Amino acid sequence: MLSADERREIEAEIPRYPQRQAACIDALKIVQRRRGWISDESLRDIAELLGMTLDELDAVATFYNLIYRHPVGRHVILLCNSVSCWIVGYSRLREHLRRRLGIDFGETTPDRRFTLLPIVCLGACDHAPVLMIDQDLHRDLDPAGLERVLESYR
Amino acid sequence: MATIYVDDRPCRVDPQQNLLHVCLSLGFNLPYFCWHPALGSVGACRQCAVKLFRDAHDRRGKLVMACMTPVADGARISLADPDALAFRAGIIEGMMHNHPHDCPVCDEGGECHLQDMTVMTGHDYRRYSFPKRTFRNQYLGPLVNHEMNRCIQCYRCVRFYREYAGGRDFNVFGIRNLVYFGRYQDGVLENEFAGNLDEVCPTGVFTDATHKRHYTRKWDLQFAPSICIHCGVGCNLSPGERYGLLRRIVNRYHQDLNSYFLCDRGRYGYEFVNSESRLRQARLGIAAGKWQSLAAQPAAAWLGKLLAAGDVIGIGSPRASLEANYALRLAVGPRRFFAGVSDVELRLLRLAADLLRRQPAPTLREMESADAVLVLGEDVTNTAPRMALSLRQAVRQQPLAELEPLKIPVWLDHAAREAAQERRGPFYIATPAATRLDDIAAETWHAAPGELARLGFAVARVLDESAPAVADLPPPVQALAGRIAAALSSARRPLVVSGLACRSAALLEASANIALALRRSRQDHARLAIAVPEANSLGLALLDPRPLSEAAGAEALIVLENDLYRRASASWVDELLAGERRLIALDCLEHPTTRRASLVLPAAAWSEDEGTFVNYEGRAQRYFAACPPPGEIQSSWRWLRDAMREAGREAAAGWQSLDDLLAGLARDLPALAPVLNAAPPADFRMAGARIPRQPHRYSGRTAILANLDVSEPPPPPDPDSPLAYSMEGNPDQPPAALLPFAWAPGWNSYQAWNKFQEEIYGPLRGGNPGVLLLAPEPRPAGDFFRNVPPPLAGRDGEWLLLPLYHIFGSEMLSRYAPAIRQLSPAPYLALSAADAGSLGLHAGENVALWLDGRAITLSLKIRPDLPPGCAGVPAGLEALPALELPAWSRIERGHG
Repeated sequence: MLSADERREIEAEIPRYPQRQAACIDALKIVQRRRGWISDESLRDIAELLGMTLDELDAVATFYNLIYRHPVGRHVILLCNSVSCWIVGYSRLREHLRRRLGIDFGETTPDRRFTLLPIVCLGACDHAPVLMIDQDLHRDLDPAGLERVLESYR
Repeated sequence: MATIYVDDRPCRVDPQQNLLHVCLSLGFNLPYFCWHPALGSVGACRQCAVKLFRDAHDRRGKLVMACMTPVADGARISLADPDALAFRAGIIEGMMHNHPHDCPVCDEGGECHLQDMTVMTGHDYRRYSFPKRTFRNQYLGPLVNHEMNRCIQCYRCVRFYREYAGGRDFNVFGIRNLVYFGRYQDGVLENEFAGNLDEVCPTGVFTDATHKRHYTRKWDLQFAPSICIHCGVGCNLSPGERYGLLRRIVNRYHQDLNSYFLCDRGRYGYEFVNSESRLRQARLGIAAGKWQSLAAQPAAAWLGKLLAAGDVIGIGSPRASLEANYALRLAVGPRRFFAGVSDVELRLLRLAADLLRRQPAPTLREMESADAVLVLGEDVTNTAPRMALSLRQAVRQQPLAELEPLKIPVWLDHAAREAAQERRGPFYIATPAATRLDDIAAETWHAAPGELARLGFAVARVLDESAPAVADLPPPVQALAGRIAAALSSARRPLVVSGLACRSAALLEASANIALALRRSRQDHARLAIAVPEANSLGLALLDPRPLSEAAGAEALIVLENDLYRRASASWVDELLAGERRLIALDCLEHPTTRRASLVLPAAAWSEDEGTFVNYEGRAQRYFAACPPPGEIQSSWRWLRDAMREAGREAAAGWQSLDDLLAGLARDLPALAPVLNAAPPADFRMAGARIPRQPHRYSGRTAILANLDVSEPPPPPDPDSPLAYSMEGNPDQPPAALLPFAWAPGWNSYQAWNKFQEEIYGPLRGGNPGVLLLAPEPRPAGDFFRNVPPPLAGRDGEWLLLPLYHIFGSEMLSRYAPAIRQLSPAPYLALSAADAGSLGLHAGENVALWLDGRAITLSLKIRPDLPPGCAGVPAGLEALPALELPAWSRIERGHG
């Protein structure tokens, strides 16, 4: 069930659009911000609130790679594997994460500390390779730098 | 018309269209995927790239997507340009990366648009050597099979299902190279037109799940031009047969009617033909429940003797051909020929025919272009399903008219839909209960049929002062009438849709008054459509049968392709059949009436038969056999002819073919003479040859019966049509009424219809098949109907019981198809929550429904949409007795 706060926040978004359903992306973000991800139950609650079918809402939810339809760890690592980062060696970072954390794309560490996901671009090609953890962008990384970065996320 | 130059060849084309549409109309082979004649252009697949040149001197040009590029007068394009060829080959190669190449085990194989386009572009060698993405497939119900790995992401399915058909339980999920078309979770697709995904999908993601159980490749099927038997719309079908089994139905394009789409009842109801309940042998009842098989000749002689004795009456059928009904009428005499429908239904059919003589009915294509619609009383999706799909398109008309200043062409589908947003044209629905079109309606109103008629009369009155006034109309209903009248009168092509579902003459009269009022105010394009219940309801009525209730008293009774227990109360039928009276039943399926018959004659099923149906427009359309009837089964009219021959009746004794019968019919009933032109006669030949029912690749014909005889038998004769049960014959395009299937060189899939049309999405070459039998009389109009029903007086302790229609379940024949049966509802009694509460009843409880002093126990279903004081039961279910509804009934708590 949606909490009263979630419901209130979503209702506040609805008048900003010509149709109720148009608030669905905001609604997904609001719920994900509080719960970390969108469970089937959350999906059902939001769909009901906005007058959408599950098919319609899940079509939107699954389209956006930053709406999580599976549980994620406390920190989400978004590693760019797009062309600039690929050229300058994103794969070394990926390999380092695989070795240090034991996870590859789409996986979460057993202690639920990190989830690793690919991302197509973080808009910082001049500082490739880059990755983002939660809201923080980390640039010009090599495995040693990455190791230091990881330490600051517990 | 505009002139464009295609590879330097000047061509005259429609200036309103896009380059792909006109190139295909011109007959060029330009590959495409996402574009569809009825769905328009979205530019998603990039397959139809052509070179567009600035002028005659420009040799470089630029690549454009033909489907997204409007025709411009003088435009120079090239299909054969090497860059365009390479681009198109590259697109296919990309699409084929993930395609499983499982054509040998794919039901689409051999009629796959993706195969055709791959061959057309010349992509024949796979360079991609990496893993392919794979998906889990879903269970989508008994009608549609799902195999997502074959998907090429053209988005046609989701555009058809959601945008065209209004379904909301299907969508596209994910992104990038993991795009999934399906449902949120496994489950039966809810939309009544889901089966069209089979034809809309360019490859084998969605295929016919019923066909899969008795699968045959397209090239091995024997086809016929046919007309759907499962409702009164008259959609054109292409049934396919092999080894005596009807294997599947696909759409047969008709510009005015079904165009590219069918409803699921029409597509999947066919399996009744293969049912265990088929009657295959003539049989004589010798004692209660005991029968003795009879050969054809003695069976006909038995009936002939009765006919000769003279005291025989006949009961016709709204699902039997005009020809079979006429043969029965001739056998028993016009005064002894009775309608195989209830008296109320017959009266309404006559009224509908009279209204068609005043003004022609709109075609489905015309309904799509209506810009204001009132549906009065009819649950169209469940009684005339394909009509509902057309009505759904009508709400787009007003927003589309607003596109003109934006310079957005109608075919530019997503731009047009974006511009329209959620705006819809005026669409009003006044019905007894909720319908599947309510989601597009500006307003809906649920009331008892008499009240709906009063609303209709009130609308007419607002439009025209000389129409009768409606006394004591509650102010909210009067206000609704005003809003409806305003919407209709300000439209250019207003449409009123009604039908026979409510069994109310007042409803039809009210609808006719509205149409008349609109035309009197010079809205010449105002139209009235009346949905009729069955494939030949109007044909039966045009033979002028006597009311069923007057059928009594004869020594013997011939019932043609009809179950009387669906038409009248069991007690009435039992009485009719009581005593020493002989009952002769002709039908293809076993049912309660055939079980009581003294003599049963096995009749050809419609897919094995040739005849004429008259649809809701009064359009006579001929259907032809996909295979000859097996064994001793023959057409009903041939049984009747044989009997008449035995009885020494000159008129029919000489009938050798359907044409002989039709000639007699035209002489006897000159008003029906145009029926001769519904299709060319049996002696029609093209370059001296018949028209083949089998594709040119039909395999195994020399081996198919080798277990019986090593020498190949000649094809079965067909005296009734110019078609041949053979792959041999004239390969050219026959007249549209005789076109069994669509197949053209390079175009093996359903997309081949492009090659048979005068213009894409236009008429088939040679004109649209069928003839209108009810041409309006020269003097127009007629008068307003003046019998406004009084307000409904509720009765204490009684409920007005209404029929609730189900696309799957209410029609008899399709219920013999296992997949349709699976989707049919169990019997129930529906009440609104308030009414159930007043009786202290809960959903799922057993309730006793009292009608005519007898109780039926039913499970209670809560339908919040039912008007107060009204109850509903599913119409036409075999488990329920035939009820003449609406009727007053008592409801009590049941037992058990």
